Amino acid sequence: MSATWDFPRAARAELADGQLRANLRTATETIRAKRAVAVAEIDDWEELREAARLIKNETLEHLDQHLERFAANVTAAGGTVHWAADAAAANQVVIDVVRRHGASGVVKMKSLTTDETGLDDALEAAGFDALETDLAELIVQLGHDAPSHILVPAIHRNRREIRDLFARTIGAGRELSDEPAELAEVARLFLRERFLSAAVGVSGANFGVAETGSICVVESEGNGRMCTTLPPALVTIMGIEKLVPRLADLAVFLRLLPRSATGERMNPYTSLWTGVRDGDGPRELHVVLLDDGRTAALGDEVGRQALRCIRCSACLNICPVYQRVGGHAYGSVYPGPIGAILTPQLWGIERFASLPFASTLCGACADVCPVKIDIPEVLLHLRGAAVGASTSPAERTAFAAVAWGLAGPSRFSLAQRLGRLLQRPFLRGGVLRRLPGPLAGWSRGRDLRPVARETFREWWSRERDA
Amino acid sequence: MRIALFVTCVADTLYPEVGRATVSLLERLGHDVSFPARQTCCGQLHLNSGHRDEARLLARRLIAALRDYEAVVSPSSSCVGAIREAYPSLAAEVGDTRLERDARELGARTFELSEFLVRRLGLDDVGASFPQRVTYHSSCHSLRVARIGDAPLRLLRRVRGLELVELPRAEECCGFGGTFAVKNADVSLAMLADKCDGVIATGAEYCAGVDASCLLHIGGGLSRRGAVVRTIHLAEILASGARPGASRR
Repeated sequence: MSATWDFPRAARAELADGQLRANLRTATETIRAKRAVAVAEIDDWEELREAARLIKNETLEHLDQHLERFAANVTAAGGTVHWAADAAAANQVVIDVVRRHGASGVVKMKSLTTDETGLDDALEAAGFDALETDLAELIVQLGHDAPSHILVPAIHRNRREIRDLFARTIGAGRELSDEPAELAEVARLFLRERFLSAAVGVSGANFGVAETGSICVVESEGNGRMCTTLPPALVTIMGIEKLVPRLADLAVFLRLLPRSATGERMNPYTSLWTGVRDGDGPRELHVVLLDDGRTAALGDEVGRQALRCIRCSACLNICPVYQRVGGHAYGSVYPGPIGAILTPQLWGIERFASLPFASTLCGACADVCPVKIDIPEVLLHLRGAAVGASTSPAERTAFAAVAWGLAGPSRFSLAQRLGRLLQRPFLRGGVLRRLPGPLAGWSRGRDLRPVARETFREWWSRERDA
Repeated sequence: MRIALFVTCVADTLYPEVGRATVSLLERLGHDVSFPARQTCCGQLHLNSGHRDEARLLARRLIAALRDYEAVVSPSSSCVGAIREAYPSLAAEVGDTRLERDARELGARTFELSEFLVRRLGLDDVGASFPQRVTYHSSCHSLRVARIGDAPLRLLRRVRGLELVELPRAEECCGFGGTFAVKNADVSLAMLADKCDGVIATGAEYCAGVDASCLLHIGGGLSRRGAVVRTIHLAEILASGARPGASRR
């Protein structure tokens, strides 16, 4: 876990998979088109984004106060609040609850935060099992695979691959077609039984409301509501940044999130619950508030805006880099542009120094972000930090040398003339076809135009200054 | 109007014809163009690679070089975007309020060429003639950093004889990204392959753009494939084939 993540190397491996690229292109373009339609329907989309940005900023500005208020209200409504400094502490809360209930494991709804903490593995190590009940998460779990998209964890799989997987695992010997409805039915039959017998459910949270202590979850399949209502005990794990101050704030986010995420006006299931009550839902509610690097990120004036993220994944779907390499190349449960700025902040720029460079700075992500995170700005900021933390002396020297050559017109003219001289042995048919050193990466698939016979400034001084 | 040309280091060194075309176009439209000789580079190479101290040094130099001109015009949306969007924060992060003020002041009078023609001068038709089939790659920084909108397309539509064909996925990045093209060469090449496929599929003779750096990338990919379609900067098209003295209809 502590090795340095090499994005270019991981990306190369993913790029070799033509099926993956085709699956990703189809899936992301479909969601993108739906999103564009859903967003265009709303006249005040930009005002909504601005409102969301301000609400999240207000939350982060006084996060300590909002957290205390939220915790007090959860407790008053009959829940138990646990503060978890890291992933292990959060997982331990679940393990303790399972143990106390004498259960064999948990049923889980889709939750990035529990993917982040590695809850499934932690439960398994403690001798319990965790069943993923979201269809796509189940696909990932059955295939001993890792999620590759925030919202569509099995986006890298197509339906034929899923049919084969189900036939091998939960299909119970049935002959299966690759019709989505039939595949979903297989999963439904398998899951229903387990919902009814589970003693402990585990959920994440899309939002926590400080003024009421309520928790809000949005989902598409309804499995989440089963997890949060059927088992007698429920553990909700949420990052500390997931709060909004007021219940009314949800009016902004519940419009922004589904349209940004799945391109729907409204998601099929929105659950909102406050504490516990007799005869309805779980009798025991545990709310785990997870830090795991968030407080440190909050201390970074430029970087903290990443904590506004509501995990819609619009930035993944629009990103030309993500679209070609998929989620696994980012080495984190948070892939794509948001992952490139969140992962290094949560778990160390030294280890994830290659992630802020996994972008062309094309800016498409910032334009679609519903909470207006300026992802390119944070990428640039983190690149600065990465250079400070882990750049090789060779690169440092090279950039210093180039800066020297650019610092003044006479040096620059000299550099241009020098380039013209040095390029001579590489010139073939008016272009540079094979380049040495770090430029070899360029010439692997591209010709390079040479330094002109007469640069612009040479022309100007000949024509105009003479 | 007294205009300073910021030619950019890439055009200066690799595409001098882009600088010459910009000068000839602006002069044809009756403007007085200067080339402040102290200019070199906007510093984006360093900024985008995380070497912020060096970027700040280059920003400081460029701000000084372009002082005292009514308008600064550049044939690069990317470099204009860097001046407008990045310079103020480069100055602010070291608490240099004077540099920050100068940066904002420069940003307010700096224009990408097509933006200058359409928005500042109110021109769509610059009297150019270019009887060719042309497709247009809208570079990322033109759309999302400098935000020049459809200014290049409005100008292209008024060029005599020019047949404009739409590029599939025109708004998607070509994969250049400065040092990204080298550091993440595999991803960059995968993006470039798709872009080149799109350009070739249009059947155009030229792929036009407003950023020499993107044209360097796309042109390098097309050249490696031996494709017949060539890249061309918008300034070259707009400077083409004009009747002397005819700037407007």
